[in-house]
Amino acid sequence: MDGYLRRKTFDILARWGSLAMVLVALVPLIAVLGYLVMKGAGGLSWAFFTQLPKPVGEVGGGMANALTGSAILVGLACLIGLPVGILGGIYLAEFGDNAFGKVVRFCADVMSGVPSIAVGIFVYGLVVLSMRRFSALAGAIALAILMQPIVMRTTEELLRLVPMTLREAGLALGLPKWRVILGVVLRTGASGIATGIMLAIARVAGETAPLLFTAFGSRFISLKLDQPMGSLPVQIYTYAVSPYEDWHRQAWAAALVLVGLVLALNLLARVLTRQPGQGR
Amino acid sequence: MKTHTDRAYEDELGKLREELLLMGAKVESMVAASVRAFSERDYDLARRTIECDHEINRLEVEIDGFCLSILARRQPVASDLRFLTSALKLVTDLERIGDLAVNISERTIDLAVDPPQRSYPNLARMAETVQSMVHDALDAFVASDPAKAQWIIEQDRVVDSLYSQLFHEVLVFMMDDRSAIHRGMGVQAIAKHLERIGDHATNLAEQVVFMAKGRDIRHQASLEPGTTT
Amino acid sequence: MNTLTLPSPTAFRTSVTDESVLDEAGHAESTLQVTAGTKIRAEDVNAWFGKAHVLKDISLDIAERRATALIGPSGCGKSTFIRCLNRLHEVVPGARYKGRILLDGEDIYHRALDPVLLRRRVGMVFQRPNPFPTLSIRDNVLAGWKLAGQRPKDPDGLVERSLRQAALWDEVKDVLNRSGSSLSGGQQQRLCIARALALEPEVLLMDEPCSALDPIATAKVEELIHELKERYTIVIVTHSMQQAARVSDFTAFLYLGELVEFNTTEAIFTRPANQRTEDYITGRFG
Repeated sequence: MDGYLRRKTFDILARWGSLAMVLVALVPLIAVLGYLVMKGAGGLSWAFFTQLPKPVGEVGGGMANALTGSAILVGLACLIGLPVGILGGIYLAEFGDNAFGKVVRFCADVMSGVPSIAVGIFVYGLVVLSMRRFSALAGAIALAILMQPIVMRTTEELLRLVPMTLREAGLALGLPKWRVILGVVLRTGASGIATGIMLAIARVAGETAPLLFTAFGSRFISLKLDQPMGSLPVQIYTYAVSPYEDWHRQAWAAALVLVGLVLALNLLARVLTRQPGQGR
Repeated sequence: MKTHTDRAYEDELGKLREELLLMGAKVESMVAASVRAFSERDYDLARRTIECDHEINRLEVEIDGFCLSILARRQPVASDLRFLTSALKLVTDLERIGDLAVNISERTIDLAVDPPQRSYPNLARMAETVQSMVHDALDAFVASDPAKAQWIIEQDRVVDSLYSQLFHEVLVFMMDDRSAIHRGMGVQAIAKHLERIGDHATNLAEQVVFMAKGRDIRHQASLEPGTTT
Repeated sequence: MNTLTLPSPTAFRTSVTDESVLDEAGHAESTLQVTAGTKIRAEDVNAWFGKAHVLKDISLDIAERRATALIGPSGCGKSTFIRCLNRLHEVVPGARYKGRILLDGEDIYHRALDPVLLRRRVGMVFQRPNPFPTLSIRDNVLAGWKLAGQRPKDPDGLVERSLRQAALWDEVKDVLNRSGSSLSGGQQQRLCIARALALEPEVLLMDEPCSALDPIATAKVEELIHELKERYTIVIVTHSMQQAARVSDFTAFLYLGELVEFNTTEAIFTRPANQRTEDYITGRFG
């Protein structure tokens, strides 16, 4: 009976102990969110979303430039990075069981760990210096480079999850291999890949360091790709280190918006993971 | 010969084989007893032979049931399937041989009222041949030896001709001496029973061939395919 | 070598002229050569996975519009052989092949013959039902067409015909838009059969189609095979000897990559000629 009591005690301790640890782990998240909401909610307004920044020192204005800039940069990064990532993932999953595949995988894993500032400096040297200007294009390239390994590995993992039997079924129906990959494998893994893309976007939307050397920042809304472009993270940085109270307020609001965006994308990814129409 | 991977199955088939042999041995001794009872006018032996029939019938029912159970549970194929279906038929023929031995004994008792008369060498020869046919059929079953079957089938022809000779012999005696009619008819009946035992022994032999070779030679004159009686 | 003129099922007993006599040495010449109505002829087929020699000189005739079963212990090469028939074997990296396989007299490994076209004539159903999970039932049936970028004439009619042939129409006709994976295991397998039949093949290869199914679903698929035999040539690989006995007209026994015996199913299961066949089917392989 003593053994039983001991086990029971240990069970209770472990249970409550791990619960406590979970709560501790949640503290930073809740604290950050809570603090952001507290500090930033006040700065949110219609003006915040629609107006351009006022000249230095003046109160008021908004972050329309940063919002559109972020959207354009991320969109362009997707345009560049997604095809490379997805096609790379397809290659690795379908044809990459060889030495070359191993090398590629290793490189991708290393790349996803490279500090983003290093990528920023690299693109600075490659693109900004040769173009002799900061540009949105450079910013997008930097983000694409950051995004690509994640997308590639996620795509590969997901396509590998598609069972071999489905591929065989496709082949047995007289489909050429490329149609099997597109019509069966990709289609089956589509929702998973979409999840991966959401997560990659969420990660990349908040990158600040690379954009500092590439897109640099701008107070205006511009669609020119060869000109500097503002983005939300850079704007937050700029405002936060400034001495102006109003700018601090706006920075909080912008941070809240950014976190909100990341949260929304993660939720969307979760929703997409549940495949509809399948009784689960 | 390899054994079944399933030991229990192997044991069941072994048990079936033993029961068949037990039945065969009993039937063989019944035939021998009934023939001796007739030739030595041993009415006690005849009565005991008739009693044996219960045991034979019991064995028939038991073996049939056992075969059915194995068929249902094991879904046998190939040689096992042939063994089981043969077992079912062997049992029937053995039981009939037992009945015929009983019939001979009953006839023997019936003839007790008649004084002992002439002996019939053909009858003795028939009895001897038929007994060895039964014996050899059982041997062939044990050894799974289809070659013996051919011999048994030929012996049946000998038995058949002995029977018709004997039949006419007795007929002549009956026509000569009216007092001999009761005895004569008794002898003819016993001869008929012996001839029938020979036929059933032939069936046993044909089943052994089927079991061993997978060839159904019933209603054919020999092992050669294509020949018919 | 025994020659067999292809019997119709009812006339079977009178037209067989075989001499399967049990040979104690176990090496009776027991290959059956089908002289009429051969759909597929395999000649000295060899196959390797890397260094492993999994099929050794297999020569076999598959009769037209009959069911031929391949039995044998695990690893004997029966799945490999069936995959050579629709050239799915070569898709595996490291797989090698040698020999001739003739479909209606044409070598399917001929350089000019596109494997993709071959696979539309020779369909396949796999061990685990594998309907495409993201497609509806209707789209699953038409997958062979749609995924190839082709449009069949009268798609609705084709869907109904295929599902009827697969004995699934009545169960799904009102829910054709539901996902393919929402069906039970047995239904999924019949859906896969319908999918294969929608391409109107000539031959249907079935690789242990019932091993993942419960007995009732198995019985339905077996019944289906009886019906399908009238229009298609069926080659079925099965672990269950009882299934081979129930379903097929001809049975081939493979062991360690070799063809040990090939004969009518009735002969194999009542009086096999080869001792190894006898041992395997009666359960004496210890």
